[in-house]
Amino acid sequence: MRVAKRVAAVAAGLAVTVLATAGLSGCAPVQSGPAATGTDQQTGQLRVWLFDEVNRGPKEAVVKEAVTEFQNAHQGVTVDVQYIQVQSRAERFKAAFSDPKSAPDVAEFGNTDLAGYVSGGGFAELDLSSWAEAKDLLPTVADTGKVDGKTYGVPWYVGIRALYYRTDVFTELGLKPPTKLDEIAPLARQIRAAKPDLLGISAGGKYTYAAMPFVWANGGDIAREDGGKYVSTIDSTESKAGLRQYTELISDDICPPAQCAGNGGDASVEAFRAGKAAMVIGGDFNRKSVDASTAAGKYAVVPVPGTTAGSIAPAFAGGNLLGVMKGSERKTLANQFLQLLGGKQYQRKMFDAMGNMPTFGDVQNDLAKANPVVEPFIKTLNAGTKFVPVTPNWAKIDAQAVLPTLLQEVAAAGNDLDTAAKKAADAMNAAFSS
Amino acid sequence: MMRATKGDGRIAFAYLTPALLLLVGLLGYPIYQLVLISLFDYGQEQVSGGVPLTFLGLENYANLLADAKFWSVLGQTVGFAAVCVIGTLVVGAALAVLATRVRTWARLTLFLAALGAWATPAVAGSTIWLFLFDANFGFVNEVLGTTGFSWTYDRWVAFGLVAAQVIWCSFPFVMVTLYAGIKAIPGEVLEAAALDGASALRTARSVMLPLLRPLLIVVTIQSIIWDFKVFTQIYIMTNGGGIAGRNLVLNVYAYQQAFAASEYGLGASIGVVTTVLLLLVTLGYLRALKKSGETL
Repeated sequence: MRVAKRVAAVAAGLAVTVLATAGLSGCAPVQSGPAATGTDQQTGQLRVWLFDEVNRGPKEAVVKEAVTEFQNAHQGVTVDVQYIQVQSRAERFKAAFSDPKSAPDVAEFGNTDLAGYVSGGGFAELDLSSWAEAKDLLPTVADTGKVDGKTYGVPWYVGIRALYYRTDVFTELGLKPPTKLDEIAPLARQIRAAKPDLLGISAGGKYTYAAMPFVWANGGDIAREDGGKYVSTIDSTESKAGLRQYTELISDDICPPAQCAGNGGDASVEAFRAGKAAMVIGGDFNRKSVDASTAAGKYAVVPVPGTTAGSIAPAFAGGNLLGVMKGSERKTLANQFLQLLGGKQYQRKMFDAMGNMPTFGDVQNDLAKANPVVEPFIKTLNAGTKFVPVTPNWAKIDAQAVLPTLLQEVAAAGNDLDTAAKKAADAMNAAFSS
Repeated sequence: MMRATKGDGRIAFAYLTPALLLLVGLLGYPIYQLVLISLFDYGQEQVSGGVPLTFLGLENYANLLADAKFWSVLGQTVGFAAVCVIGTLVVGAALAVLATRVRTWARLTLFLAALGAWATPAVAGSTIWLFLFDANFGFVNEVLGTTGFSWTYDRWVAFGLVAAQVIWCSFPFVMVTLYAGIKAIPGEVLEAAALDGASALRTARSVMLPLLRPLLIVVTIQSIIWDFKVFTQIYIMTNGGGIAGRNLVLNVYAYQQAFAASEYGLGASIGVVTTVLLLLVTLGYLRALKKSGETL
């Protein structure tokens, strides 16, 4: 027992010592920063990080083309492209911010991560004034690359979600796609009643970006800005109306909680691909994979309808940005490469290769003419999009799964919507104010 | 016993110095950093130098202890760990006894199977179990004829499944250790007991169990520490803590709240609290043994 006492005493002593020294002297945890180097070399190796994809081949081919073009135009410059996993991006970027030596010069990243990365000191402000193509960037999309009015990222592509539905099932049952938001649930119920093997609509309990259009269409929002700070409005009457409409979909007569409550976006779309769902909210980026599934040729897409007939529910303006790292020693080259890869020519190539929706208005219009399939997505985009709060704290709220927990508590755990929404709002406000 | 003189102490200390230095470097310094970080507002902004550090004192701890979710997760973790520890010990001990009683080929098969489970990495093991228990395509549902039943949806079914997986991959250690222990009991002792007319039950209780006690202590403490710190199985099998986080255990909760959200200060305080709790549990356990008359 003496051993135990001694261990306890040592532990207590250690705690007191650390507390005392940390409080009194300058003893503190390590800090390291991507100090701007000030150098701007014109030759050498330019390092680029792009996201890995399920089917990376076509993306890699387009990027290789851009790299070759860039290397031919710049003597003595090589471009090293690395593909990083989306799943572990947070760790990779955090490490890159802390150790500039292992950081890239140019990187692709998700637009919801932007605010966190900028406050982490990771990305440099971009000056697009001398870039002629920049003026054609869609303003709402360009805003997703800005923090406090300053541009840190060029939108490389935009991800817009719309409603996929099975034309064969709808024809067989004599149904028409929904024209109002509150028609989705009855329609889905009717389909499942007629075809018990099908999910009326594949609605995931973790699929935040499918749920948010319901909230936005009803006039609600995640948060509002109030004097430079965000305040959550997820528990407002309007938001709750939207949440109620969405969570209603996750029920036994539409999309049983046991099957659907744990699903995020990918799993929700997967059910549609497998031919097990009559409807799903899916992105333009899912189109190619649906075309390669059992649902191919048997589906059509319409914008997610708003609360009144003919209106469109605001969609989430997802997508990826290209940015230049703050610690880059080749700022000029990095900017030039970014403008090449993020420019009109290569965005068009990326659309052909991957189906990624371009961010330039004129390029989009051209594509819509040639590819009617992208029309519902472009319509949705033009009807106005919404975004998550632009604050570094959003990454925290995202990581703590505040919104998915809210949806799941109501849809699966049988909790009261008012209580669950209040709890989510409190969690968000705590994060906003930290 | 010889009394140690002062000179002996100094020499002993000199011999121990290298080990001590190693321990301080590998164990002491990280713990020191952990405690230190837990006293600061230390997020990604602070790590990469964008924002100055703020000393919070015990605020991270105060926030943590005031969080109702922390307590419910802690309770859940203790319950889950208890079930896993008991399950592991019972299965491990039962199979160890079985191994001493069966023929060589049966024992060999048992050991190979157990070692297979033991050697499987937690990530792979969890994923394979998920495949086996898949709602639509899983082997188990196929055999039971319950296709479509989700094993990871209901809170208790999900916990049960994860507990079974944890027991599956941790019983071999207990089994192998106890088997070695049983085999090391001198045959004369058992013979003597038999000559005195002791029944098998009596021999087990009064002869084997006391001799196995030191080993049992080790495997119990190990199991408590392992099962209290379970991360992989819960994270993978319940997809990050189950529906609405109802299958969270402390480690996954700490990861989600603190590390994924870059709140390293808060995360460090959860780490410190976990360490202290485990230390207390271990000390309490040792003390209970001491009271029951066991020398350590």
